[in-house]
This record gives sequence, C-alpha cells and structure tokens, in this order.
Amino acid sequence: MTPLHLCLLLSTGLFCIGLTGALARSNTILVLLGIELMLNAANINFIAFWRYGPASASNDGLMFVLFGIAIAAAEAAVGLALIIAVYRHQKNIRLQEATRLKG
Amino acid sequence: MKCLLSTLILTPWVGALLLAFTPRLSPKASRILALLFSLSTLGFAALAWSGFDPSGSYQFVEQHAWISGLNVSYHLGLDGMSLVMVLLTGLIAPIALLASWKVERDPRLFNLLFLFLQGAALGVFLALNFFPWFIFWELSLVPAFFLIKLWGGPGASRAAYQFVVYTIGGSAFMLLGFAALFASTGTFDFVELAALARNGGLTAAITGPVLTAIFLGVLLGLAVKVPLFPFHTWLPSAYSEAPTGASMFLTGVMSKMGVYGFLRILWPLFPAQLHAAAPVLVGLALAGVVLGTFAAMAQRDLKRMVAYSSINHVSYCLLALFAVAATGSLHTAASVSALSGSLLQMFNHGLSASALFFCVGILESRSGGKHGLNDFGGVRTSAPIFAGLCGVALFSSLGLPGLNGFVGEFLVFRGVFGLVPWAAAVGCLGLFATAYFLLTFWQRVFHGPQGPGVAAFRDLSALEVVTLVPSVVLMFVLGIWPQLLVSVFNPLVTAWARHLP
Amino acid sequence: MTIPVHLIWLIPALPLLVAGLGAFTRHRGVALGAIFAMAVAFVLSCLALHGALQHPAVPAVFNFAWFDLGTGSLQLGFLLDPLTALMCVMVTFVGTLIFIFSLGYMKEDPNFSRFFCFLSFFAAAMLGLLVSNSLLLLFICWELVGLASYLLIGFWFHKPSAAAAAKKAFITTRIGDLGLLLGLLWLYDSSGSLLFFDGGHGVLETATIASLSGQTLACGLALSTAIGLLIFCGAIGKSGQFPLHVWLPDAMEGPTPVSALIHAATMVAAGVFLIARVYPLMSADALLPAVPVHALTVVAFIGAITALMGALIACAQNDIKRVLAFSTVSQLGYMMLALGVGSWTAAIFHLLTHAFFKALLFLGAGSVIHASHHEQDIRLLGGLRTKMKVTFATFAIGMMALSGVPFLFSGFWSKEAILHAAHEWDVSHLPLYAGLTAVLLTAFYMTRLVAETFFGKARSHGSEHAHENPAVMTVPLVILAVCAVVLGFVGTPYWPWLQATLDPHYEPTHGGPSLMLLSIGLVGAGLGLGWWLYARKLRTTATARDPLAVAAPGVMAALANRLGFDPLYAASFGRLNHFLAAFADVLDRRVIGSLVNFLAQFGLFTGSVNRQFDEDNINDGFDRVSAVVRGTGRGYSQAQTGETQGYLRVVALAFIVLALVLALGGVR
Repeated sequence: MTPLHLCLLLSTGLFCIGLTGALARSNTILVLLGIELMLNAANINFIAFWRYGPASASNDGLMFVLFGIAIAAAEAAVGLALIIAVYRHQKNIRLQEATRLKG
Repeated sequence: MKCLLSTLILTPWVGALLLAFTPRLSPKASRILALLFSLSTLGFAALAWSGFDPSGSYQFVEQHAWISGLNVSYHLGLDGMSLVMVLLTGLIAPIALLASWKVERDPRLFNLLFLFLQGAALGVFLALNFFPWFIFWELSLVPAFFLIKLWGGPGASRAAYQFVVYTIGGSAFMLLGFAALFASTGTFDFVELAALARNGGLTAAITGPVLTAIFLGVLLGLAVKVPLFPFHTWLPSAYSEAPTGASMFLTGVMSKMGVYGFLRILWPLFPAQLHAAAPVLVGLALAGVVLGTFAAMAQRDLKRMVAYSSINHVSYCLLALFAVAATGSLHTAASVSALSGSLLQMFNHGLSASALFFCVGILESRSGGKHGLNDFGGVRTSAPIFAGLCGVALFSSLGLPGLNGFVGEFLVFRGVFGLVPWAAAVGCLGLFATAYFLLTFWQRVFHGPQGPGVAAFRDLSALEVVTLVPSVVLMFVLGIWPQLLVSVFNPLVTAWARHLP
Repeated sequence: MTIPVHLIWLIPALPLLVAGLGAFTRHRGVALGAIFAMAVAFVLSCLALHGALQHPAVPAVFNFAWFDLGTGSLQLGFLLDPLTALMCVMVTFVGTLIFIFSLGYMKEDPNFSRFFCFLSFFAAAMLGLLVSNSLLLLFICWELVGLASYLLIGFWFHKPSAAAAAKKAFITTRIGDLGLLLGLLWLYDSSGSLLFFDGGHGVLETATIASLSGQTLACGLALSTAIGLLIFCGAIGKSGQFPLHVWLPDAMEGPTPVSALIHAATMVAAGVFLIARVYPLMSADALLPAVPVHALTVVAFIGAITALMGALIACAQNDIKRVLAFSTVSQLGYMMLALGVGSWTAAIFHLLTHAFFKALLFLGAGSVIHASHHEQDIRLLGGLRTKMKVTFATFAIGMMALSGVPFLFSGFWSKEAILHAAHEWDVSHLPLYAGLTAVLLTAFYMTRLVAETFFGKARSHGSEHAHENPAVMTVPLVILAVCAVVLGFVGTPYWPWLQATLDPHYEPTHGGPSLMLLSIGLVGAGLGLGWWLYARKLRTTATARDPLAVAAPGVMAALANRLGFDPLYAASFGRLNHFLAAFADVLDRRVIGSLVNFLAQFGLFTGSVNRQFDEDNINDGFDRVSAVVRGTGRGYSQAQTGETQGYLRVVALAFIVLALVLALGGVR
C-alpha cells in the first residue's frame, strides 16, 4: 500500500458516502451536502495525483483544487438560493416533491 | 482631435445607449440628458470649425480597414459642405428636441430614437466610403419610422410605412448600382471613385449602358430622398403626420441628406451622365419648384402646406446643381454662384422650414390638434410674440431681403440665370406663388377677427421662445452677413466650378 | 459742413435703430425717438445736399463688398448726388411732419408704439433705397419698403378688409418685383456688376451702356431695352401704374398718415425714382434707329394711360381717401409720362412738389376723418369749412396745387414742365393729349371733393360734431401748405434751378406761352365745371344722387367700379391661379399618387402569389419534417419526470457502468 493508494481509498469512500447521500436523502440540504462530499473526493484525488505523480514541481494540481473549492463555494451559494426559492413555493424542502420544473 | 469625427457621430449614440439602459429615468431627466447629448454635436462642430481650413480638401480624416475582403474601409472626412451640414444638424436637432419637450408618451424612448436618428444623419454627412455611408443612410430610417408611427397623427401608420418603403425602394436601386460599381472597380470609396471618374477609369472599366443604368439607380435612390418631382408623394403625408419634433428634423436635416448625396456622390461620380440627363432633370426640378408651390396653394392643412413648400425649396437646390451640370464649366462665375446658393439654400431651408413646422405645432397644441388653414384667425391679437417670430420665419421662407432666404435664392437665381436663363424665368413663378400662399397662411391664421377659441390662446412660453429664437436670430445674421457661412464652403465650391466637367 | 459719402448710411441707420429698439418695447417713447431720429436724418440729409451741390456733376460713391464668392464678390455701395440728396431731404422732411401728425392721429391706438416702429422701419428702408449705389442694395431696400407697406396697410389687421388689402398690395407689387429681379439678374449676368457708378465699370457708365445697347436679341430688341423694360416692371408694380395699379386704392385701408407718407409721398414714388436713377440705361436705345420699340416709349405710354385712367376713376369715387388714391395713381402716371418723353428732371420736379401737396391733402383728409369720428364718405361729410378752418385752408391750398392753379402753386410749375416736355416729344403727341385731358379732370374732381367735404351742411352725426384738431396735427398741415406754394419756384422756366442742378446738361424747353395758356384754360374749365355741378347747388342729403350719375349713369357706374379691373383680375389671373393650384394638387394626389399606389398594389399582388406558391409546395415539406421532429421530442420528454434524484440515479448508474467498462476493458 503506497500512500497514493491510501489516499485513493479515502477518496473512494468519501465519494460513495456522498453519492449515497445525494441519491437517498430527501432533504435537499443533505443532498447538497452529498454533492459537496463528492466534490471533495475529487479534490483529494487531484491532490494525491499531484503530490505522488511525476510532475509535482509545477503547481497544476494545486490550481485545480483551488478552482474546485471556489466552484464548490459558488455552487453551494446557488444551491442554497435555489433551496430557499423552492421553500417559498412548497413550504418544505423535500426534493421528491420539487417536480414542477419539468415543463 | 484625432478621432473628432467618430466622436461627433458616436456621442448621440452613446446618449441613446445611456437612455436605453436607464429605464427608471424620470421624463425630465431623460429630456435633459438627450438635449445635452444632442447639443454635443454643435460643440464638436464648433471645435471642427475652429480647426477647419476652408481651402483644404477633406480634413480630420479617419480611415481604417474594416472588411478587408471587400476592400471596405471606415472612412470619414470633413469638407466645407459636410461642415455646413453638420452645423445644420447640430442646430436643428437640439431645437427639435426642445420642441418635443412636451411629448407625454414615453419621452425616454422618443429621445432615444431621436438621438439615434441624429447620429445616423451625422454619419451620412461624414462618411466617405459607400459601405458605412449606406449603413448610416438606412439606419436613419429606423428611428424615423418609429418616431412617425408611434408619435404621429391619426394617419401616421400609413404615412410611416409609405415613407420607409418608398425610401428603401429607392435605395435598393442605389445599392444595386454600387454593387455593380464595386464589381468592376473593386472599391467603395467615394474619393477613389471620384478620382476614377475624373481620369476616365470609370468609363474604361464599365461599358456605357451599364454605367448609365448604375447612374439611374443611384439617381433614383437620391431623388426619392430629396425628394425630386415626381418622387415626392410620400413627403406631404409623412411630414404632416409626424410629430412636430420629427417633422422639424425630417425637413430640416433629412431632406438635405438627399441633396448632399447629389453633390457628394452623383455629380462627382457620374459627371457625363448627369450632364446628359441635366435638361430633363432641370425640367423636373422646375416642376418641383412650380408645382410644389401651386400644390401648396391648394392645401387646406397647414402642415401639408409647409410640407409642399419644402418640396419647392429643396427643388431650388437641385435646380442650381442641374443647371451647373447642364452647362459644364463654361460660366464659372455663374456656376459658383449657383452652387453657393444651393448650399446656402440647404442651410436656410433647414432653419426656416423647421421653424415653420414648430409654429404649426404650436398652433396645433394650443387648439387641441387643429391645423387647418381656416381653423384660426386673429391669432396675432392674442399672441403677438408668436406672431412676430412666426412672421420672421414666414418672410425668411418667402425670400425677403434682409433675411437668410433671400441670399440663397438670389444666388441660385443669379447662377441659374447665367446658365439656363429660361429656367430662372420660369422659377420666378415659384417665387411669386410662394409669397402668395405664405401670405395666405399668415392672413388666415394671424389676421382678421379671432376664430373660435383663439381668444384663449396663450402667447409663447419661455421654453417655446428659447426654441424659436435661435433660428430667428440666425435668419437675421445670415441674411445680413452671409459671409459667415459662405466662407466655409467658398473655396470648395470654386474648385468644383473650375475642375469638374 | 457736409457729410462724406462713406457716412451717408447714417441717414437710414438712425430710423433703423429706432425701429429695432421699438420692436422690443411697447413704451410710448418710441414715438419721440422716431421723430427725433427723423429730424436728425433731415439735418444730415440737408448736409448731404449741401455737399452734393458742390459737385453736382460727379456723383460721390462708396463701394464695398457684401460677401466674397471666390470668383468675385457681391458689391454694394452708397451714392451721393443731387438726386439722392434732394429725395432724402424730401423724405425726411415730409416724414418728420407726418410722424408728428401721427402723434395726434394715433393717440388712442393700443399699438401706438408699434406704429412708430413700423414707420421708422419704412423710413429706414426708403432712405436706404435712395442712397444705394447698387441695384442689388436698391432691390433689397425696395423689398423692405414693400414689407413696411404690407405691415402698415395691415396695421389694423383685425379688420378682414385691411388684412386682405395688405396681402393684395404685397402680392401685386411682387409681380412687378419679379420683373425687376429678372432684369437685375440679366444686367448682372451681362455686365458683371450691379453698381451704378464704379469708376468707369458701373452699369450706368458709358462703357457698359454702350456694350448693352450694342447687343441685339433674337426678337430685335436691344439688350438694354429688354433689361430696362424688366426693371420698369418693378416700377409699374411699386408706383401703381396700369395694369398693376389695383393695389394702391385698397392700400387706403391703412391709417391715414401711412397713406400720406407711403402711398402718396414716398414709396409709390420709388418707381419714378428708380427709372430716373437708371435713366442712362433706359435711354441707351434712344439713338438706335432699327429697334422695334424704345424702352422709354413704353414708359411714356404706360404713364399716359395711367394718368388718364386714374383721373377718370377719381371722378366717381365717394371715399375721400380713394379719390386721393386715384389722384395719386394719376399723378404718378404723369411722372412716368415725363420720364418716358425724355425729361427726367421734370418727373423728379413733379415728384417733389407732388410729395408735399399730396402729403398735405392726405393729412388734411386724415384731419377730417379724425375730427368726424372716422367718417370717410364725402356724401356723409360736408359743412366742415367753418368748423375746421385751418384744415380747410390748408386743404384748399393743396387742392389748388394739385389742380395746377397758375403761378402761385407748385403743382402748376411742375405740371407745366411735364406738358412742355411731352409737347417736344417727337414720337407721338398722344401722351400730351392724355396729359391735357387729365389736367381738366384733376381740377374737376378736386373741386368736387372740396365742395362735397367742406361746403354745404353736415350730413352725418360725425361731421356734425366735428371740431378742429389740436396743434400737433394742424402745424404740420400749415408747414406743408407753405411748401406746397413755395416749392414751385425752384423750377420755373425763368429760373430752372432744380432741373439744372439735377442734370448738368439740362436745356430749357421751348413750348412757348401758347401751351401754358391752353393748360391754364383747361384748369379753369375743370374748376368751373366742378363748381357748376357741385358747388352751385350744394348737396343737401347723403342719399341725393350725384349730378354726373344722373347725366351718365352707365359711365359713372363703370368708373365707380374702377373700370372693373378687380373683377377682371379675379376672373382671369385669380381663376388661373386657382386652376393651377387645383391642377398641381390633383396631379399629385391622383396621377402620381395613384401611380405609386398602383406600384404598391402590384408589389402586394406579387407577394401574395409568391406566398401561395410557398405554402403549397415548399412549406408542405417543411411541415412534414417538423412533424417527425415533434413526435420524437414528445417521446423523449416522457423521460423527464422532474425528480432530480431520478436524474441523479441515471447519472450514477451510467458512471458505474463507465467505471466497470474501464475496469474490465482496461485503459489503453
């Protein structure tokens, strides 16, 4: 087991937890949490491959992660705004009930 | 100073954009904003005038490649004729905006369209390449259409369609003509094309009949715009249905775009064809002079009457040009006089006709929308200041010495008499009839016993005085001291008379 | 002390200044300013006259460029010679008196200051016309006096008749002015200058005159004849000559001082002045034997016709001002006659004397009208002799001057000068006979006018209660009356100072005493006839018929209708004008308008055919394709449930499948 493998196992676990949460929960906030977990899993992968990969001198991986975090933050903001909008309409935030946008 | 002309054209458009993106602007703020941006033209024109050398050719030139595949360049330049036209636009546009100060319905949109129109008109007077020129030319129709249709009188919709379709119909032929020119010469540039025409390159590149066809196409496009008899039937309804401010700009500036086109494009590019067609064209211009006034005499609607007098007045400009084209450079003094008169007449007519439209607009607003010849009477008793200022505009329009109209008409007649004497003699009929119907206008509206409701007329408000006084003052100034304007274009006109065939 | 020619513009500038300032205020002080300006202008004119008399043969000129046209400049200029100076003195003197008279006459008018503003403007334009050394400047001022006349005729613009008369005056004179304009253009085109005197290059100087009379047109006329006749058109319009005289009687709608100043003394005489000014041009063809007509011959005959016609019509008018108006027409005809027969000095002599006595008569009429509460009909006046003594005395002097009562009165001498000149004219004696007939008629109608107005008893409320006017109105009358007497002595055959001053080459005429005796006899006959018909048995009621109308009703009705010129013009030119207007309108609306509409309809028709074709053929194919697309889309849209987690599940499943494929298939 190299440290790379350990990192990848950690991220796989994190990803699976996130995916389960995103698929199974009905509270939209928790679904959002799941998505964030999956994003972080991806970030860990980036860091791991950068740190143990061949080109660790350049800062590529680090940059990807920084962007990823920023995007995650933006996405969370948008997501929460959407949740509030949904709440205004149906007085709860159950995702299964928010089907009116299908057109 | 480097891109003065672009700034000049674009500033009104910037104003229009500003208005477009500030929907919550109060009507008053939008009016002030529009007026300031409109006035900018006058400021820039004054700046250009101060740095202008009348004896030089195009100045403040800007030339940038635009569409290199088609050899299209963004080419602007200013000579004496353009400067006069830019000054006229800079004067008439703010005055027309002031005249529209009381527009109630969506003033922001009105002012926006107006600024857009102003920028396009300026572009027409400054562009030296057919491509941008034509874009400006056609762009000016869009705001004009909406101004007539949305703010006009009861028949405005029909009048606006007629105006736009007729004008576009004419310019389609012009576009076609220039496409053919481009196909043979590979350039859209007026300066290059004129040089080609002068050294015979144009006749070498294109066979005679084709060149004649191109000439006719361009002629048609310009003739509709001026309008030259018999392409004028759109004019009375468009001018009379348009809101006052738009009528003022249409007659003051847009009718000059056509005459400008004749002098800038048709004559330098097709001198031989124009010379061949000149006898017919002199006849048409004379028909405009004479029939325009007699038709005005038959009108019972003041706006239509003033519109027909516009046909008469712009026909003088064309008469002068055609007379010069008909005789060539045999008689330089007469040619110079005719062409100077033509340019002066363009400016003078802009002043007097827009002032007259404004006066009719005042009558209309005071009487709740009436503008018939017999709807008034005795207005001079209740509104003496209005009567005085309107009287000055009327007498300027009928060519009373001491006011600007006389100088232009005298020079036109002096030139035409030296070139085509019989045309001057026939044209005198127009002078007589103009006096007749304008005095009828004056007598029926201002004199006699007071008509129904006239006793309650207010005299001019301060705003209306401010709108009318600049034109009236200029009428006096140019009537007594025409050198002011003549010196701007004098060397240019002299060069035309000497060197063009 | 004198005034140099380059400062002569000060004479018109002073009234102009008052007019300009007066336009912005309604203060009554404008009147005093106007009178003051006129008085100063009078003093300046006297100085100018003094200067001009030092060198009467050489006109002093001052030329300047109005504006530059590249190939040359448009020149204007001022001129000072005895003719100009005498005219200026006359205009400013009569003008000052009439301004003063107006103080009283217009006292109660609400637009009092405006009246003086317009009057000053008129004076400025008239004086400008007199001092100009350029036909162009003259034309400019010519039009401006027309405008002033228009404004002043229509001064009481709320009266429809006044508004119509103003328009009629402007339009009618403009017809003549267009002739003048054409003549001016032609002159400019053929000589390259419009200056009268310009150091040998002016249009009135020998070189240009010779070249103009040397060219012959296709119709056989000399060029100078054609130009001269066109210029004469302007004079016909302005001076109320046949056939454009119709505006002058109507112009009496204006206030009476206006009639006195503009339509009797000064503006209407501008035509005579113009012809006298361009006399070298007019007479350039005199020595050419082979031309069909000489310009001056036309002038003489037009003048003779006008003199006779005006005098005839004046006999049948009942409005005191109209009688005087037709008398003015007739007297202007006399002046034209004098010009035509070759004696321009006699014309100017008559112009000057006429200005004084006709202004006197008009102001007297104004005094009568003012005193009798705006009653102008002589049948309703009467008996004013005792009530208005000063007015009567001065009016009588004016009447005798106009009638040409011998020896004492100025009109006699100027009229004699004209008749003698006509006698010496070798082309025809018809003008002389017309002039002699007019002498008789003039004495006759003036006697009638005086008898009806001042004698007998008052025949209306207004004349019953008339009383003499204040001194501000009577003093000008007295001064003018004095002038109407003494002015004749500057041009008698025994001491022709005026003629010799105006024209250095003046030669006295040799008509002899027989012609003078004949005309004195005719004056006596006219006076006697008038007395016999009107004063012997004075009119007692306003409705009593005129003795002449009893004798010759048809003739008198025709004369009272002014020989039917107005209806004739209305039926011919008016109708033609209307017809042309209607024609232009119909041409526009029906012919060209329908052509355009037809084109538009044709376009629409093509469009609709095109549309049918498109819909049946091309659009059908598109419709089918789009139906298929729509069906497919509907099927796919079933998959859209709107449940976010459902979509997510699909994504997850696909991801797992992808992972498996990659894991099992390996990555290459």
